[in-house]
Amino acid sequence: MSVTWLLLVILVLAAIGYVMGRRRAFADADGDVRKLHSLPFYYGANVALTSVIPALMLMFVWLIVQPMIIERSLVPQIPDATIEKAGALNLVMSDVNRIAHGLDEAVSQGTMTRDFARTLQTGETDVRARLAEVGVPLASDVDPEVLEVAQSFRAMNRTGSIAMTLAVLALAVGGFAYAYMKTNREFRARKYVEAVIKALLIMAAGIAILTTLGIVLSMLFETRHFFAQYPWYRFFFGTTWAPNFRGDSDLGIIPLLWGTAYVSVIALLVAVPIGLFAAIYLSEYAGPRVRSVAKPLIEILAGIPTIVYGLFALITVGPLLRDYFAQPLGLGDSANSVATAGIVMGIMLIPFVSSLSDDIINAVPQSLRDGSLGLGATKSETIRQVVFPAALPGIIGAILLAASRAIGETMIVVLGAGAAARMDLNPFEAMTTVTVKIVSQLTGDTDFASPETLVAFALGLTLFVITLGLNVIALVIVRKYREQYE
Amino acid sequence: MSDSTHDLPPGSGLPIAPRGDRPLLTELDPRTKKRYAAERRFKALGLTAVCIGVLCLVVLVSSVLRQGLPAFTQTFIDVPVYLDPATLDPDGNRDPEQMKSVLTFGYQPLIAAGLERALDDRGLGEQVTADEVAGLISRGAAAQMRDYVLANPEKLGETIDFNFVANGRVDGYLKGRVTMESAALDSQISPEQLQLVDKLRDAGLIEKKFNWAFITGPDASGNRPEAAGMGVAIIGSAYMMLVVLVLALPIGVAASIYLEEFAPQNRFTDIIEVNISNLAAVPSIVFGILGLAIFINWAGLPQSAPIVGGLVLTLMTLPTIIISTRASLKSVPPSIRDGALGLGASKMQAVFHHVLPLAAPGILTGTIIGLAQALGETAPLMLIGMVAFVRDFPDAPPAGLFEPASALPVQVYNWTQRSDPAFVERASGAIIVLLIFLVLMNTVAIILRRRFERRW
Repeated sequence: MSVTWLLLVILVLAAIGYVMGRRRAFADADGDVRKLHSLPFYYGANVALTSVIPALMLMFVWLIVQPMIIERSLVPQIPDATIEKAGALNLVMSDVNRIAHGLDEAVSQGTMTRDFARTLQTGETDVRARLAEVGVPLASDVDPEVLEVAQSFRAMNRTGSIAMTLAVLALAVGGFAYAYMKTNREFRARKYVEAVIKALLIMAAGIAILTTLGIVLSMLFETRHFFAQYPWYRFFFGTTWAPNFRGDSDLGIIPLLWGTAYVSVIALLVAVPIGLFAAIYLSEYAGPRVRSVAKPLIEILAGIPTIVYGLFALITVGPLLRDYFAQPLGLGDSANSVATAGIVMGIMLIPFVSSLSDDIINAVPQSLRDGSLGLGATKSETIRQVVFPAALPGIIGAILLAASRAIGETMIVVLGAGAAARMDLNPFEAMTTVTVKIVSQLTGDTDFASPETLVAFALGLTLFVITLGLNVIALVIVRKYREQYE
Repeated sequence: MSDSTHDLPPGSGLPIAPRGDRPLLTELDPRTKKRYAAERRFKALGLTAVCIGVLCLVVLVSSVLRQGLPAFTQTFIDVPVYLDPATLDPDGNRDPEQMKSVLTFGYQPLIAAGLERALDDRGLGEQVTADEVAGLISRGAAAQMRDYVLANPEKLGETIDFNFVANGRVDGYLKGRVTMESAALDSQISPEQLQLVDKLRDAGLIEKKFNWAFITGPDASGNRPEAAGMGVAIIGSAYMMLVVLVLALPIGVAASIYLEEFAPQNRFTDIIEVNISNLAAVPSIVFGILGLAIFINWAGLPQSAPIVGGLVLTLMTLPTIIISTRASLKSVPPSIRDGALGLGASKMQAVFHHVLPLAAPGILTGTIIGLAQALGETAPLMLIGMVAFVRDFPDAPPAGLFEPASALPVQVYNWTQRSDPAFVERASGAIIVLLIFLVLMNTVAIILRRRFERRW
């Protein structure tokens, strides 16, 4: 029985459970709601939940664990010669997977009978051609040994899924029966149902922790693989980036960090003055009408997807900078450049800086302004000498948050900055960043055994640590500052 | 103003002049003038900054519109084709199964002949070869005609008017992207062909019209930009939004309810809160790495599948939804909870029966904004294989969720990476569609907030 059907059966069981549990509670109370401990709804829900939740949890765990167990028990069956021939164990396993999947597909499409698929021999049938017919192309002809492993894979899978169906159904029915038997007018159904719901709520909240753990662990794990193949000091202190898929690559992070920092600095040079002055004008000078128009307009910039900025950099800003600045000044003739990516990223960050600074400036108590104005200072003097220093920690926090955005930004630099890892001062030269290299090392055909692919995880971890550090510092500053005036 | 300045002689050059010399209220002293000028400069700087911000928006949107709007119209060529039974049905029995043995190569000469005849009728095309004429029409035309013939075998022997998509270069010529000079250097089209296009246009055989295939059709290979569409990408994006909605909304709301209404003040709660605010600031590409490592390599889900994209985007959207849901739960006044509790409701009942419905508009608004963010996200999807070239439409969910698909923003990226400049126009066109979706979603969010949000 497929997983979908199993799910459906369990849900139907739950619906029946709801109706029957409710009815039983009613019957026990002689049809009088007042004699029940809880509202009738809870009796039904209790039966439904008790039959569904343990069964679903078992199914979930089973679906994760079963492939692991099967894979582990298949490995000893594969002869060493086959592994050597294919190059690596996981390549054999993926072949096994494809063949088994192809045979199942052939049976379900009706081009093979069940028995034929089970007793198939490589000598008699052209397995590759038969599988290609049902839309499962194989890279090479099928070895008899691999076919044998694939057959036992299929057999184990079949037994596994039968066992799972039986176990899950048994648990569901068992839960149903248990909860149904317990239903009577004294039973505190609401307590149980609410406890279950609360447990579900806690699990939902825990997903945030799981995500962070997943991010950190997955990157740590692969980064360890990387450093097993490539010395860490060459990664952190190497000044050349020259991946070479035949091996012997130079994977130094310094040029990438240089590009990232250069782009981010240009972006901040654009975004901070504009964003800050816009925030000051909107919060201190603009009347309500200007404010109600200009503020949302600037904030639209924050809602535009980064791919749009990337395209803007690629087809508008890049050629413009090249034709009017770089070429006349003799500084290069590349449309992809640090300046292109930096300026466009700066535009993207304007609303980020302006709305954060706006909040912070507004949080400065009015009494400070009134005091300064009352002493005869002009508005700009008040802003420069009273409001700005008071808001400074918060504004620094906002700038740090913007910097962390700039460092982690991907699409603008992929389309605007170029792919050449270079350490140069010329802003009209193409350079590259950490995020660009993560994308280029992980898209396309990747081999998760080579350092050229695994380096992306080390880059990702570095990026994660840097942005996390910036964020934590920024949040601490902002929080501290907020408390000051509250 | 200190007392000492009063005693100074007039005209001594000090910034503040003595009182008797001038009407105080109508003329400003130099220092005040300077201060006021500084004030005006400062204000002007602020205004400039605001104007630059708005100007950036205008330039950005207008550049995308200018580049992308032509993508929605496409050049079509009318060709009356004689469906020659001798070529298309060599066995003569009108059986579609046997007619399938004639491949698209068999159809191409017929199209070329049809176009030549149409030109001859108007006395235009004597100096052009059949190859050159056929080069004006998209390479997909033969396949389009073959499908038609196989579906309507009874039409053999008749002359049917086909409306073929013109080659991308012809389209570019009529839109001003391709010129006679560039055509002279181009192996795919010659200036003579372009002169022929001019004649065809004068003869009314070529027309530009709205191109639905751009929105609904699948992607096409790099040498057929005229046939590339974003149908698969729109479907893929829609599937992912479905996954995000189904997963992120319940999980996000449940997590917020716990954190806002039930969580005790302890270490566990603190860790969750710090985690959520950090996740909101993690670069999106890191989520892509997570998806690749966990969902594809570890859990064995298929590459380029909407389900993986949806899961990754769900994790990215969760913090947004949780933050906005908590804000709207917080805005429901405690008196509502107290009232419910006072009438004997349990805490759970008070939350689910009273607080949650009152917070629903705010939650929906936050969800829509989160979805809009997820819709435009590109980088993580590239890492989970969505950059692959996908031509086939996925099936209906749930099976379709596991089949390869593209996504709108990734499709844009894909098109920017192709060498033919016609794809830049397509990419901008796809962005217009993406922006329309975003504007619609945000409008709905704003309307929801305006109409249903209550202020206590």
